[in-house]
Amino acid sequence: MLTFQEIVMRLKAYWARQGCIVQEPFDCEVGAGTMCPETFLRVLGKAPYRVAYVQPSRRPADGRYGENPNRLYKHMQLQVILKPAPEDVVELYLKSLEDIGIDLSRHDCKLEEDNWESPTLGAWGVGWQVMLDGLEITQFTYFQQCGGLDLDVVPAELTYGLERLAAFIQNVESIYDIRWNDRWTYGDVRLADEEQYSTYNFEEADVDFVWKEFHLHEAECRRLLDAYSEHTDATERRRFPLLAAFDQTLKCSHLFNTLQARGAISVTQRAQVVQRVRNLAVGVANAWTDQQQGVAREAS
Amino acid sequence: MSELLLEIGTEEIPARMVGRARTDLKQRFQEALGTLGLGTQASVSVEATPRRLALFAGNLLARQADRIETLRGPSKKVAFDPDGNPTRAALGFARKARIPVSALTAGPDGKLTVRRRIPGRDAGSLLAESLPKLVLGLRFPRAMYWAGKGSPRFIRPIRWLVALLDGAVVPLEIAGIAAGNRTWGHRRLGAGPVAVADARHYVRVLRDNSVVLSSDERGERIVSQAEALLPDGRRIRRNPRLLETLVYETEFPTAVLGSFDAAYLSLPDEVLETVMLVHQKYFAIENGSGELVNSFVAVANTGADHLGVIRAGHQRVLRARFNDADFFWNFDQRSSLSERVDDLKDVTFQASLGSYWDKTQRNLAAGSAISGALGLDERTASDLNRALLLAKCDLTTEIVGEFPELQGKIGGLYATAQGEPKAVAEAIYDHYLPAGASGPIPRSETGRAASLADRLTTLGGMFGLGLIPTGSKDPLALRRTAYGAIRIVVEGGMELSLDSLVQMADAGKNSSALREFLVERLRHWLKDSGGIALDVVQAVLAASDNVPVDVSARAGALAEVRQTPDFEALAVTFKRVRNIVGHAGVRAPTGVRIDEALLEPGPETELHESLITVAGRIAGRNAERDYAASLREIASLRPALDRYFDSVLVMAKDQAVRRNRLAFLAGMLEKLSTIADFAMIAPDPTGDKPA
Repeated sequence: MLTFQEIVMRLKAYWARQGCIVQEPFDCEVGAGTMCPETFLRVLGKAPYRVAYVQPSRRPADGRYGENPNRLYKHMQLQVILKPAPEDVVELYLKSLEDIGIDLSRHDCKLEEDNWESPTLGAWGVGWQVMLDGLEITQFTYFQQCGGLDLDVVPAELTYGLERLAAFIQNVESIYDIRWNDRWTYGDVRLADEEQYSTYNFEEADVDFVWKEFHLHEAECRRLLDAYSEHTDATERRRFPLLAAFDQTLKCSHLFNTLQARGAISVTQRAQVVQRVRNLAVGVANAWTDQQQGVAREAS
Repeated sequence: MSELLLEIGTEEIPARMVGRARTDLKQRFQEALGTLGLGTQASVSVEATPRRLALFAGNLLARQADRIETLRGPSKKVAFDPDGNPTRAALGFARKARIPVSALTAGPDGKLTVRRRIPGRDAGSLLAESLPKLVLGLRFPRAMYWAGKGSPRFIRPIRWLVALLDGAVVPLEIAGIAAGNRTWGHRRLGAGPVAVADARHYVRVLRDNSVVLSSDERGERIVSQAEALLPDGRRIRRNPRLLETLVYETEFPTAVLGSFDAAYLSLPDEVLETVMLVHQKYFAIENGSGELVNSFVAVANTGADHLGVIRAGHQRVLRARFNDADFFWNFDQRSSLSERVDDLKDVTFQASLGSYWDKTQRNLAAGSAISGALGLDERTASDLNRALLLAKCDLTTEIVGEFPELQGKIGGLYATAQGEPKAVAEAIYDHYLPAGASGPIPRSETGRAASLADRLTTLGGMFGLGLIPTGSKDPLALRRTAYGAIRIVVEGGMELSLDSLVQMADAGKNSSALREFLVERLRHWLKDSGGIALDVVQAVLAASDNVPVDVSARAGALAEVRQTPDFEALAVTFKRVRNIVGHAGVRAPTGVRIDEALLEPGPETELHESLITVAGRIAGRNAERDYAASLREIASLRPALDRYFDSVLVMAKDQAVRRNRLAFLAGMLEKLSTIADFAMIAPDPTGDKPA
């Protein structure tokens, strides 16, 4: 039986064989692998791209102090981007499951409608949740818009829920019982995270401090976006740190989630704050598209 | 005769859209056959699985019929000068008709006429031309593009096409995919690509590759397999929607029986069913007395589960789900509904209308207005008040967070568990009813009043903000909300006027718009639920639209009486009276007293006297709301009316007499129009059009 890390390594190797860059996780807190620049920014524009990476995804409100066998504050996603989506993309995906030892002819595998939308990123796509014997193991999305822009090329995004997949393969009831390798379980590795971050997010986070952080990151992102739009020199624009501006957006998004878990966002505030984060994301996406076009012009 | 097979091979189409796509494809194709002249006798059918829409058409014409085209030109006089030389007009026409001038001849009407045979085109080229547009014209709720910006949209990517006309490939292309003769079987149990010879062969090829093409057959397969798995005395709880979903989610359905710990049966049925049916798409199983038992049937899209791995997988998922639900259910008991009222301040109802706590305050106010208007007894009024206070509190529970579709029901269940009076719990449970145009309304008067109060304040709040539905745009489903309110009032027999409802709703400056909106829903209700012809509805509303139960009673009575011959004639007479009075410009007869001394003895006096008697009786009958009897009274006037119009000249020369007669008729119209404006009844008894 495959261990957690063997499943991850096999899947990475599989996608490497399909021509994907195998990336390491992005080093900012994100709520989903989609938010990483490797997805969010790379899907913009016409340039082809293929990448696979594991992304720890933090969702403060989903924490359960390590007491719920199926819910986590932080879970691992394997994120695969195939841009453009090849014609046999569904088949490629199904074969990846067979590659980790799941005989699909003996299981009930269904692709059920599930469209994806992220208001904070101005992004949406259509697709499915992949159900394996009634368990959702993957989110499959054809991106249509990102940062409020229609995409030039439609990428396929595959997001594997690694804990669920491993629990399925290892046939264990609790995520914490997943064997990470032959010696340690998932609980050995991660339980403390779940306990401590649940406590932080629900009880300890200093609301004033987190708000202050939110405002600082928002202001920095705004400042950078304004500065970018003022630059007219092509070289200046090319080396302008939009990637750093995007980091600020991600910080804001995560801090917003923390504030929400902490119960610090009033009802009237919520929609408004979502809109503010969205504005940043849309601003970065637009600037990034502009910057890439400039790069392409210089190259031609 | 020709036969067409068209298969659109796609990635998995959302189950909820397949049924509609089948109907639309069939209809569009039939329309196209008409337009193309390929035969209206054709037999067309469409089958579908998640990965294919397959259209079969038999009895097609192999080619269009040739047709004779007649071109008409200028008259011979214009076309040729007196010497018989062609003019410019003749030259132009000959050019247009593409024949030599010397061949121009005139028809019997003296105009130049050219008749020529246009050969019909063959079906293959016509279909190749028209099918792509037809297929891409199918409408889906959320279509996508996949081949880059600006490329065609469909519900999911099209990956292959089979288009065979009598076994030959129709050379067409849709979204960059060229049609061929090769199809694909089941994703894992079948092969692909596999060549297909014709329609019959196609069905066999699919069967050999583990695709049951017929949706009916898949449905039967699911039900019969499920029943075969169950021991005697057990049966699946039938659910046509779930069955349709499963039929369209599978190409090779196989029923799998599973079970769960009987301890979970202590969860309410509502929760068990939601988890199994809605979330997991399993059939719930019941015993002979209709109670749920601890097993379920899942439907897999593959062959038999010999190793039991599919069963084990589904059981594991269900266990986790039930475990969650059980945890939430118990966790929620830590604080009662009444302890949650203040928590509603943190749940937004609508940005400008504040939280559900604010909404609750408005509901309470509307509730007491309803109690007052209906004269509810003290006990019912206090139950209503309590129900409205607690109705939204389940929005703060964990279990509603997990199963939002159970809002209301959960509140009702918790209220019972927490010892609230039965009437209160039931009212909370039911307060989102009716769910649609035809679902049940709340069981009790308390429940109906609670639902009505909730609907009114929603409508009032949204209308007050100017969020009024227009055209097809109704994102807040306010039409449904209002229709439900009308249904509750009418079907629940509530003596409430629209004026009072609008006042309770409090829509501010948009109150009259809200009133009109409610009248519109009442009109729909009378037509749809009451099955009443539109002209009757309009006639009744024209008399008065203010009290829905009364409108409904009048409409029902009128619809019945309207069939009788006396009544038809009466309607015609009323229209005549209306015309006479209208032409004479007597608009407001109220207060104009008629002078009895000016009445001629005979038919005029007789009608006057009959009218006094009848009007008195009508008043009595109307007061009892026995409108059928009132209408019979009115119909009894027919002989007197006929005699009157046979012998009395309304537009008499004597001005005083004329004015008196007009006033008399206007007064009669008014007295007899309290039930309906009969002049609006269409003469045709089936007539849907208002006069």
